[in-house]
This record gives sequence, structure tokens and C-alpha cells, in this order.
Amino acid sequence: MSQLVRMFLLVFLAAFGLMYVTSQLNSSAGYSGGNTLTVYNWGDYIDPELIAQFEEETGIKVIYQTFDSNEAMMTKIKQGGTTFDVAIPSEYAISKMKEDNLLLELDHSKLPNLEHIDSRFMHLSFDPENAYSVPYFWGTVGIVFNPNLVGDLTFDSWDDLWDESLRNNVFLLDGAREVIGMGLNSLGYSLNDTNEEHLQEALAKLSKLTPNVKAIVGDEIKMLMANEEAAAGLVWSGDASEIMDENEDLDYIVPEEGSNLWFDNMVIPKTARNLEGAHQFINFMLDPEVAAQNTEYVGYSTPNKDALTLLPEDISGDERFYPDEELTERLEVYDNLGPRMLSHYNELFLEFKMHRK
Amino acid sequence: MEARARNLYLVPYVLWIVLFVIAPILLIAYYSFFNVEGQFTFENYQKFFTPVYLRMTLSSFWYAFLITLFSLLVAYPTAYLLTKTKHKALWLLLIILPSWINLLLKAYAFIGLFGTYGFVNTVLEVTGIGTKQILFTDFSFVFVSVYIFIPFMILPVYNALEKMNPTLIDAARDLGASPWMTFRRVVFPLTIDGVKAGCMAVFIPALSLFMITRLIAGNRVITLGTAIEQHFLVTQDWGMGATIAVFLIIAMAILMLLTGNRKRGLIDIVKR
Amino acid sequence: MSKGKWRLSNLYLIAVFVILYAPIFYLMFYSFNSGGAMRNFEGFTLEYYGEVFQDTRLLIIVLNTFVIALLSAAISTIIGVMGAIAIHYIRSNRPKGTLLTLNNVLIVSPDVIIGASFLILFTIAGIQLGFVSVLLSHIAFSIPIVVIMVLPKLQEMGGSLLDAARDLGASSWQVLTKVILPYIKPGIFAGFFMALTYSLDDFAVTFFVTGNGFSTLSVEIYSRARQGVSLSINALSTLIFLFTVLLVIGYYFINRRNNRPAGKGVRA
Repeated sequence: MSQLVRMFLLVFLAAFGLMYVTSQLNSSAGYSGGNTLTVYNWGDYIDPELIAQFEEETGIKVIYQTFDSNEAMMTKIKQGGTTFDVAIPSEYAISKMKEDNLLLELDHSKLPNLEHIDSRFMHLSFDPENAYSVPYFWGTVGIVFNPNLVGDLTFDSWDDLWDESLRNNVFLLDGAREVIGMGLNSLGYSLNDTNEEHLQEALAKLSKLTPNVKAIVGDEIKMLMANEEAAAGLVWSGDASEIMDENEDLDYIVPEEGSNLWFDNMVIPKTARNLEGAHQFINFMLDPEVAAQNTEYVGYSTPNKDALTLLPEDISGDERFYPDEELTERLEVYDNLGPRMLSHYNELFLEFKMHRK
Repeated sequence: MEARARNLYLVPYVLWIVLFVIAPILLIAYYSFFNVEGQFTFENYQKFFTPVYLRMTLSSFWYAFLITLFSLLVAYPTAYLLTKTKHKALWLLLIILPSWINLLLKAYAFIGLFGTYGFVNTVLEVTGIGTKQILFTDFSFVFVSVYIFIPFMILPVYNALEKMNPTLIDAARDLGASPWMTFRRVVFPLTIDGVKAGCMAVFIPALSLFMITRLIAGNRVITLGTAIEQHFLVTQDWGMGATIAVFLIIAMAILMLLTGNRKRGLIDIVKR
Repeated sequence: MSKGKWRLSNLYLIAVFVILYAPIFYLMFYSFNSGGAMRNFEGFTLEYYGEVFQDTRLLIIVLNTFVIALLSAAISTIIGVMGAIAIHYIRSNRPKGTLLTLNNVLIVSPDVIIGASFLILFTIAGIQLGFVSVLLSHIAFSIPIVVIMVLPKLQEMGGSLLDAARDLGASSWQVLTKVILPYIKPGIFAGFFMALTYSLDDFAVTFFVTGNGFSTLSVEIYSRARQGVSLSINALSTLIFLFTVLLVIGYYFINRRNNRPAGKGVRA
């Protein structure tokens, strides 16, 4: 008995001791002060130096929290119970959050730096007035491939992924909209198509891709492609630039049939407490110099036209990540198809995954 | 013990059961009757009986069966040999210890080990067997799953073996039984409860495996757990996710009934 | 046993241990890689160990993880032991069976479901997400495993011991503290130990119920994985792993010295 009591006392003592140390660390790092701002972002999606710079300039302490999917983020914000002042969802999530009244309107008078954003990326379908969101980064969906492993094959069309020489040599990213969208695009349909016949046609076409598919994976795709586990892969452009940083042999293209144009945007969710600080933060991130530094760190495409002029030519002139007007015309932003259609897309994707070789 | 004292002990426990077991089950059952648009419907249950979900259920059961079988085949001799070692409790602890390291990290390590240019393939290359695709195959999926579940199979079998009276083996041997006979007629029947408990502890979680299905099997294997995770986290079709969960809970209840009387089952994990 | 057999059986055990520890040593090995990734070992460096100690946020998260694990394991052990004793003394079979089935539900439910339903629960109850909600969830999913660890010891104890104690005039408090608890002590330790494992291991449940800047190690690792796991996480895991190995071995030998028969307390 006394041994039990001793053990439990020890455990509680240790726990409270650790709690004390944690609170000391917390306060020494300034996390428990009054003027804080909670930023909810994807993991490693901002240059930490910029956070420090913002803290220094404004005296606001930033608490940086991360999520790993738009859906997880929306669930958290929907349920409340937490205070997020700024969040960075993707465009389709924004239209959904708008519908669910999860966003607060932005006060444009507090965002003078908004003028630096390229007009191509303003007033888009998911938020026509930019009343709720400001673009943070943007990109495309395309094919990353390893010229050393594909022989004579060149890539300019989605159909190239169907080539027989790529048997068991293609990775796909694990996203229903992206994969079904590729099927639709390759048949010349819009990737927002809701026509059941077209969708079935796309599924039939995708099932022919099955023998080529080595795996359908998540974020590991970057590591796997860089490690040359497969010759080609369907990826987001942001991932592609990271892969190419790791392994310079690889290349990226956006197929000529067209593809997806995606955005990650800064918003103020309804859970925000520090509205003033949130606007300051967004405006800070829109500053051309800040945006340029952030772009160099993250490696995605910036919508900030004045930041682009500050970037070295090998970044800003890279047509793979800053495609010309002609190609941009053929890119489509995902529409919010509504929960029922989205769920149908997911079911089709599930069916595709269940195809065995 | 007096009833009053007993009831006093019962209060916090029952409170826990009501709040964290019954309430969640009711919530799940409730959600399973709503579709994505939030209307009351039986649609989800209809959908579960379409070929896509039925095939998924079937393949989940098949893989769970394989995982359980191989876990048992590896775990039984291990547990048996462990009981024969010095410091056996320490070795047992060391078997559990790897499960304290984050699963995602271990999965990444397996990707590195099994990759085309990974350690295993280098060994195969050097020994002249030649490079094979290991990652994203049924083999790697079952292997890593067995790796994850093996401690949960070893523990109950080990405990059952420890509980067994060693003189029985001597008696059998004295009566002229071969080692195989002794095992089949004496040792195995005496440890069958431990084996059952271990199979339960592996089979049900194996039905609801996720993440490994993507990382190691590259989504070539879809289990019920993957589908639940997808519906809760990606599709946000909580109704459908909850419906699959309802079936999983029902499957679990049936299995617990099948593996004999209720007092046994999982409890045997630690019965000695 | 013949010599050849002995070798073969040892070889088998060694093989099992090698496979069990292979991925862990793989992680540890690359934590020293100056190349910055879990491939192509370029050169030896301790850089990532330095990074771990400079990253205050990471250290806070590690401490949080241990605080949650220790507190939840201790509290769930107390509630679980009370529950097990109560269940043991229910005479009729029906309610006993029902309680046990309910007890097992959480053990076999997929984590995602547990997490999602707890999230809804906390929202309905109006509990702020953060330390408290994570602690409550960890206590909740650890209780059944404690009950399962303790019950068999209670069943093993039998009634005669208690009758004897009561005949000798012991009060029910004395019966509890002087007879029952000492007897089921190994079960209690095993339960505590398993609860600790569950808590340290958990990702999905914590992921759902955490918020307001509070995080545990596994959640942090998952959100960092988007960029590929940094080697400082490998370094951290190596440190934690070595620390636990030392703890376990130390605990085992101390326990062995204090306690005969050998090692009873650590049987999990």
C-alpha cells in the first residue's frame, strides 16, 4: 500500500513539477501575455523569421498553430472552443466557410497593401469582392517527372501518364477533386463537371490508368518522388517546387488540356478575438518585401506583383510556376459543388482506389 | 464488501461510462441517420449495402484475418521462447517498448527501409536476388501491420503460457508423447484462451486500420477504418462515417459473443 | 534441450527483436545525418540535437505530452481500480456483462470516432479546447485498459482471503488498504503502465480535442510531416527512446531488488 501511495505521489509531483517548468518556459517565451495573435496555418508554411519581425514591429506575440487539411481546420473552427485570429484555408474551403458563416468581413481600409496583389488574382469566383479573403499563395496541379526514368517519353498532355512504358511507375496524390479532375480534363471536360455521364466516362478512363499507378499517397509524395521511387506523379505545383529543390533532375509541367488553379488565402474566422492584430498581420504579409522573403522560404507562387519584381529572375521568370497568360486562361478554379456532389466525387474516387491491378 | 462501499466505488466509473461511452455511441447512432445535407434519412444504410462498401468490408475482413493469422504465427513461438529466458519480464517490456515511438515516424522508417533504393533492397541486390518492389504491396502492408500488432498478441499468449503448469508437459513427455503431440494435445489447448484474447486484440483494430493503408500500402488496400477517417476528415460526410462505425461496433459485439462467454474475451489479455 | 535447438530458438528471438527495433535504429541512425533527410547518409553531425534544445516550442510540447501522460495515467488508474473493484463485487451476471461490454467499446473503437464524438461532447458541454479537454479525453480512453488489467488479479484473489480478514475484525477500509490493494498491486502497475503507453501513443483523439495553442508531440509531428519530417524530430525521438529504455531497465532492476518474486510489478 505504501508503495502505491508513494508512486502516485511521485507521479503527481513530477506532473506538477513539469507543469511549472512548462509555464515558466511559456512565460519566458511570452506566450501567456495579453497581446497575442493566434495564426492557424499549414505546417511550415511561413518563414519563421517573418513572425519574429512582425512581433518586433507590433509588439504582438504570435501563437502559430498548424493543421494538415482544410477539413480538419473547418471542423475546429466550426466547433468553436478555440480562438483563431487568422487562418489560411484553400479557395474551396472559403466558399464553404462563407456559406456556414464562419468568416468575418475584412476591413479593406486597414489593408492598404492590398494594392500590391496582381489583379488577376482578385475578385475570383469563390469570393468575388474579396470581402472575406486575401490571396496568400497560388499554384497549379500538374505532372512532376524524372527525365532519367521515362526514356523517350515527353510530357505535355495528361494522356502521357497513360503511356504503357509507365507501368507501375506513377504516383497520384490522394485527393478526389484532383484525380477525378485529371480524368475529366484529359477528356476535355471541365474539372467542375457534374454531368453523371461525363463523370462515369472519367472513371472508366481512370480505371485504365490503374496498371500504371504505383500508389496513391499524401504528403509523402514529395519524399518518394525525390527518392526516385517512381518516374512521374500527379502533384500540386507547390509540392513540385519542393521536390525539385530536393532533386534537381526532376521537372514539372502543366498539361495543355488545362488543369486546376488553386489559392490559399488569409481569412479572419469568426473565432477571432484580436481583430486589430489580425488586420495588421494580413497587411504585414502583403508587404512586397515580406511577401518576397516568404516566397523564397516557402517556394510557392506569390500573387503579389510587386514582390515578384523583388525576386531573382530564376524564380520570377520560371514559366513552370508563373505560367503565361495563355496557359492561365485554361486553368480553372474549383467551384463549390455542394456537399452532395462532393460526396459523389469522393465515392467515385473510392471506387477508383478499389480497382485492383 | 458492503453494498454501500461498492456503490461508492461505482459512482465515478459509471459516470465515466455514461459520459464517454454511452453518450458517444448514441451520438454516432444519431449521426448515422443524417445525410450530407443534414436531412434525416436511411440513405446511409442503403449506401452501405452497395457493391463498393460491401467489397470494402469483405477486403477489410480478409486483411484483418491475414494480419491476425501471421501475428499469431510469429507471436506464439516468441511468447513461448520468452517464458524460457532469464529476466523474462524485462524482455517482455522490451517487446512493448517500440510501440512508444510515434507510429508515423516508424512508418516513414519503413518507407526508407523498403524503398526501391532502401536497405532491404540493397541487401537483396548484394545477395544476388535482385531488387524487388516491396513498398506498396500486400506483403508490406501485412508485414507492417503485424509489426504494429505483435505486442498485443504476444502479451496474452505469454500470460497463458506462464499460467500453465509445467509438470503437465513433463507428464506428457513421460507418457511417451512426441514434442509435437505434447504441443498439440497439451500446450495449445491449455493456452487457447490466451490465443483467443490475442486474436480479438488484433483482429478488431486491424479492421479499422488507417494511415498505414496510405503510407505503406499506397491506398491499394482500403479498410473500413480508412473509409471512416475519410468521411470524418475529408468528405465531412459524418453521417456515412458514423454508419460504417455502427457496423464496426456491431461486428465487434458479434465477435465478442462468438469468442465465448463475456467474462473472457479481452480480459484474458492479462489473465495469468 | 539439445544445444542445436537452443541456438535455433535464440536465433528466432534475436530475429524478432532485430525486426522490432530495426525501424527505430533506422530513425536513430539518420538523426546524425548531416545530409538533412532520412536517406543518403552524408556525414556525422549533432546539429539536430542542438536544434531540439533551442526550439522552446518543441520543448514545451514535449513537457505537455509528459504532463498529460502522467496525470491521465494516474487519474485513470484511480478511477479504473475503483471501477474494477465495483464490477468485481456485482454478483448478478447481467449488469456485470453489460458493464464489461461497455468498458470494452472504447478499446476497440477507431480513434477517429472517439476523437470526433469527444469533440462534439466537449462542444455541447461548453468546455474550452486545450489542456483540460485533452486531459479529460486521455483519462477517458485509458480507464477501460486499467479495468482490464486489474480485474483478473481481483478474480484470482478469491473470497476466502477477504472473509478471513473480515472475521478478524477488519473494517471495509482496512480490507481495501491492507488486503485488496496490496494483492492487486501488480495489476495496478500494469494498468498505469499501459495507460501511459496509450496516452503517449495517441494522435487521432488529441488531434480532434486540442486547441488554443496546446499541442502534444504526436500531433506536432503530424502537422510537421507536411514538409517531410525534419531530422530534429528524429533526434528528439532518439532522446526520448533512450530515456525510456533507461527508465524501464532501471525500474525493472530496482523493482526486482525490492520485490520478490521477480518482476511481478512490471508485467503488463
